[in-house]
Amino acid sequence: MSDPESVSPEQLALEQSGVFLTHSEKLKLVEGIYNWGRRSSLWPMMFGLACCAFEMMATGAPRFDFARFGSEFFRASPRQADVMIVCGTVTKKMAPAVVRLYNQMAEPRYVVAMGACACSGGPFRDGYNVVQGIDLYLPVDVYIPGCPPRPESLLEGWFALQRLIDRQRLKEVPWYGKEEKSRERPIPRYGPHGLTLPEESQEAKR
Amino acid sequence: MTEEVFRRLEQALPAGAFQEVQENGARVLAPEFLLEAGRYLRDEEGFDYLSNLSGVDWIERGYFEVVYHLYAMRRGERLVRGEASGGPLGPLVLKVRTPREDPRVPSVTSLWPGALWQERETYDMLGIRFEGHPDLRRIYLWDEFEGHPLRKDYRPEES
Repeated sequence: MSDPESVSPEQLALEQSGVFLTHSEKLKLVEGIYNWGRRSSLWPMMFGLACCAFEMMATGAPRFDFARFGSEFFRASPRQADVMIVCGTVTKKMAPAVVRLYNQMAEPRYVVAMGACACSGGPFRDGYNVVQGIDLYLPVDVYIPGCPPRPESLLEGWFALQRLIDRQRLKEVPWYGKEEKSRERPIPRYGPHGLTLPEESQEAKR
Repeated sequence: MTEEVFRRLEQALPAGAFQEVQENGARVLAPEFLLEAGRYLRDEEGFDYLSNLSGVDWIERGYFEVVYHLYAMRRGERLVRGEASGGPLGPLVLKVRTPREDPRVPSVTSLWPGALWQERETYDMLGIRFEGHPDLRRIYLWDEFEGHPLRKDYRPEES
């Protein structure tokens, strides 16, 4: 099948002469426009944890200019944000707040793990106070390695996220449709040596 | 300049209060004279600013050390020609030792309120109890945490 974004001239001619598309073809057309709209105005959450946040700020500043890709609005509220960029070291003390912020975001929502620390714990992996990757608690869509990643890397990760959004199909996405599926993530609790997940969610975690 | 302050401090304190003079000029005090020395330094010598308070784990020697860096903010001398200018004088380094088994050090919060959080941090990381601190809780780690992670014998558990 052809890319839903590009309508071929032949198809256009057919439509103009009164030949209409089938239901699934229409849906694809709508999907294309819908996904194009979503991926062209991804608003990140104004949220930085460590030094990677400075690279994120640099990406927002004129030299790299996030606004070229529709992401100039860093929203200060999770309710208005589409993407959470986990940029920096996630300490165990901060992790429950990060998960709570994720739960407060509206669907569709995406998570970008920026930098070695957010991906795996980075140089602090064996420490007593650092989460060994935010993907233990959140579903990460894009990983950006680097310590810290340069703004170009963040932009490249952003394009990867945009490609991912382009590929999403309305019939398949978990946050759209008749079935109500909660994508809330369990909030980890403080334990004597680290974080523990609540009992009932241990098996739900893959 | 700080050497003269130490000389006067030694005269003001009972004999034997200084346990050791270190090569960089730091003095190791007996813990029971810490508050007396601090009060003398603050009130008589003008050391009104506790810049830093930190702990060291000397595990092979069996003690913890608490290090105090003091400044007199209005007593300094200009570097050129030694003119009095009102700049800071310091740091004046004091150290106190306490056994690893039962680490207790008097709190200096009554002298320098800036010690409140620094003593909480040292307690959090090394488990040194500061006696007389009004609110000695963990500051970085959560209350449920067990152990003190900057002790040399601390091993994080897999979690």
